[in-house]
Amino acid sequence: MVASLTPTLARMALFAEEGEHEIQAGDGGWPAEWAWLIVVVPLVITFLIVFFGKRSPLKGWGMATFGMAFVAVYGSVLAWVNLDEGIIYEGAIEIGQIGSFTLEWGWVVDGLSIMMYFLVGVVGFLVFVYANGYMKGDIRYTWFFASFSLFAGGMLVLVSAPNLIQLIVGWELVGVSSYLLIAHYWEDFDNVDAGNKAFMVNKVADTGLFIGAIIMALSAGSFEFSEIYESMVGGNSTLAQFGFWAGLALFIGAMGKSAQFPFHVWLPDAMAGPTPVSALMHAATMVTAGIYLVARLFPFYQLPEYGGDVNMIITIIGAITLFFMGLLALVQDDIKKVLAYSTVSQLGYMMAAMGVGAYTAGLFHLFTHAFFKSLLFLGAGSVIHAVHSNNMSDMGGLRKYLPATFWTFMIGTAALVGLFPFAGFWSKDEIIASAYYSASEDPTAAAWFMVVLSIAGAFITAFYMARAVSLTFLGKYQGHGEPHESPKIMTVPLIALAAFAAGTGLLNAPGLTHVFTDWVTVRAFPIMEHHFEAPSWGLIAIVTPVVLIALAIGFYLYRPKQTQAERDEFSIPVLYPLLEHKYYIDDFYMDGIVRPTMGPIADGTLWIDENVVDAVPNLTAGGAKHTADAVNTFDQRGVDGVFNMLSAATGAAGGFLRKAFTGRVSQYAAISFTGVVILALLFMIF
Amino acid sequence: MTIVQFVLLGAALFSIGLYGVLTRKNAILVLASVEVMLAAVNVNLVAFDVYLGDTSSAGQVMALFIIALAAAEVGIGIAIVLMIFRNNRTADVDDLDVMRY
Amino acid sequence: MTVTFADWITELANWVFLLIAIPTVVAAFFVVTAKNVVRAVLSLVITLAGTAALFLMLGAEFVGWTVVLVYIGAVVILFLMGIMITQSPLAKSTELSQPMSTRTPAILLSVVLFGVIAWAVIASFGAEAIPLPDEATRTASIGEAMFTNWVIPFEVVSFVLLAALIGGITLARRDPTEEDAT
Repeated sequence: MVASLTPTLARMALFAEEGEHEIQAGDGGWPAEWAWLIVVVPLVITFLIVFFGKRSPLKGWGMATFGMAFVAVYGSVLAWVNLDEGIIYEGAIEIGQIGSFTLEWGWVVDGLSIMMYFLVGVVGFLVFVYANGYMKGDIRYTWFFASFSLFAGGMLVLVSAPNLIQLIVGWELVGVSSYLLIAHYWEDFDNVDAGNKAFMVNKVADTGLFIGAIIMALSAGSFEFSEIYESMVGGNSTLAQFGFWAGLALFIGAMGKSAQFPFHVWLPDAMAGPTPVSALMHAATMVTAGIYLVARLFPFYQLPEYGGDVNMIITIIGAITLFFMGLLALVQDDIKKVLAYSTVSQLGYMMAAMGVGAYTAGLFHLFTHAFFKSLLFLGAGSVIHAVHSNNMSDMGGLRKYLPATFWTFMIGTAALVGLFPFAGFWSKDEIIASAYYSASEDPTAAAWFMVVLSIAGAFITAFYMARAVSLTFLGKYQGHGEPHESPKIMTVPLIALAAFAAGTGLLNAPGLTHVFTDWVTVRAFPIMEHHFEAPSWGLIAIVTPVVLIALAIGFYLYRPKQTQAERDEFSIPVLYPLLEHKYYIDDFYMDGIVRPTMGPIADGTLWIDENVVDAVPNLTAGGAKHTADAVNTFDQRGVDGVFNMLSAATGAAGGFLRKAFTGRVSQYAAISFTGVVILALLFMIF
Repeated sequence: MTIVQFVLLGAALFSIGLYGVLTRKNAILVLASVEVMLAAVNVNLVAFDVYLGDTSSAGQVMALFIIALAAAEVGIGIAIVLMIFRNNRTADVDDLDVMRY
Repeated sequence: MTVTFADWITELANWVFLLIAIPTVVAAFFVVTAKNVVRAVLSLVITLAGTAALFLMLGAEFVGWTVVLVYIGAVVILFLMGIMITQSPLAKSTELSQPMSTRTPAILLSVVLFGVIAWAVIASFGAEAIPLPDEATRTASIGEAMFTNWVIPFEVVSFVLLAALIGGITLARRDPTEEDAT
């Protein structure tokens, strides 16, 4: 694609002053000026919930949901204005200076950010409503909503950031709230471990983020995105020299948050948190932060002399993630883990899309995925709520008992696997089409790798979802008792999300509508990408049958009458254990990295710290101690000795002299008169 | 009449009184010796007053004061000796050695 | 003016002086050495009487008679009362004076003191003469001096006497409650 153009041409094309690449947009008027409220309101509400939540009648839920509703409404307003005339606006407040860098706090209002505001607001609002029912009776109800509001605020800080510093602030805020929420049921140590794991893995990846931000800022001269782009326009040799490293490092940071291989290990374990958390954070918003970062820096990654070389890595990693993690979803018993690996796989799709230059496709898939994946998670939560177990082996036949959940779940599944006309059909197929286009335009191994794997990934997706649906909703109920449908406050959001999952696909049907494209490409710097004028029928002809076959096999293999023993006949000897142990990646991390660090490395560091680093202060202290002892001895024997001797002498003298006090008056008189006489004599003589 | 004779007389009386204070064991007699010393002082004062021809008779006035104070002092002294005698059944000053080291 | 010894002997006043002075000194000596308490106190009377006579000779009449009144008339009576109450041995007793070991330094001291004073006086005044006054000191002038120059000490002395009075009574009385308690 663009990579094939020479650098000069690319620059010319990117920054053409006239022509169809120039973005027409207004400045958004007052909605954009006041858009900082979107960020501030959830944070203020967090604060209020922490202090007043327990006392408020709805125990903090009301305030939190109000915050999300506010964001949703405001985001919708901004989306409307954006569709009408486009907004490119950046508001900022200068905070301070570090050296030659100016620190600013700002709020970006452009297509990409508005999409994220809308997403966070709408999905967040629906999840919050759902959470009222799901979290009812929980002992940390108020704190849950405080953390959740904090998360929403942090995410909004992230997506409204005009510079890398604020982005990192938001990044860390969502990391913290993710940790807090995963470990919500911290009475069980496993949940705490899961929270730690999420935090630690993210932190390792964040080193890439920090290094990347520093390299970027030092090369381009500023942390601000707008100034980075301007320096790219002017031609910045330092940035060209280090651009690869900056881009790579930043991508590593994105890998952590978006659970790309090999930083994906935290996401399945994060299912230990409450289901609303999984739905909002680990399906729709937080994990998309990495995708957002790459999208935000898309011009940077697209130009070959700057970040373009990183694209190959992005594509390969994305492709690996999408296929191999999808495979893992096949062997999970826990329904949330199935969805977790599915999320990882879909994130791989989005990241790979960015890698091949399919900006709109990737973001569109992010958008639709948010709706249907959170729908699936909330549906799973509804099932778990009814059955009181996460494991599909305890489920079955829930179609009869939870009809609303079943139908919405089916809609979500259809969207996920990419069945016409649901959302996933449009977004996933657009990614595959873009990959194919890029591979055919610029045949690199990475691009073809991506194409093959993405089609295989579609197969796998359909397969594991068929399995999941079958085991959960069809057949006979494996548990005991009568599960009951969830209350309306939980099913209504499900229905709303199903509507979105069904309908949003139509926002960007290739050849028909390009609402989403128009929405999301409204940015300060134009995005160079291929726009599809018509659906690529050839691709649809390949992908749709693949999906349908996968569904058929899935439903057949896991049909209700099948017993587990019969299924086991199909298990592939080497592959199955490999999948069961998640490719032994977790074991590798644990034994290869964590244990040595906790053990020998920690001990070694401690030894160095105690003996080498502390040697100087210890010696100094020892020397000081000896000096102190010497001084003390001198003081006690020498100085005090003198005083002791004086006092002893005085005592002795006193002891001697007091013998004069016989108590006899006549003696006293005698002595005093003797004194008088002597004085008189002295007076007289002298 | 020389002044010296009166002063010598006073000195003699004073020394004798001093001897008595230092030597006597009976408390009453110690007080009596003190009286002798005071009398000697009076002699001295009046003699010098006459010798100096003082128009304001300061010496004699002082002598009067000394007489008055001596009387008061003896009164208190006897009272104290009485108290001591009540407590200790003795008027011997040597036995009153409680205030020693 | 200085007086020679010959002048001194031939003057009658000096004989009178010697006549009064010698008993005074002897009596004082008895005060401090008598073995009989009552004799000691009565010797004190003679000593005081001698001093009174000397005062009269010098013309200090008021002082002299005051000595007789206050000293001999009251103080000595007080002494006698004290002797009675403290049940001092009324007969001859050797328990009235310190043993010789204590007396010796006292004698020494007294003699030294006398010697010092005598030397001081003689060195200062030599044989200077006292002109005896033509008339005795007028009591009125003493009164004047007392109540003009010496009024403050006068008041103070009256306080002292009051304190002595109260003190004496407080000290000497038998406290009834104390006695009941014991």
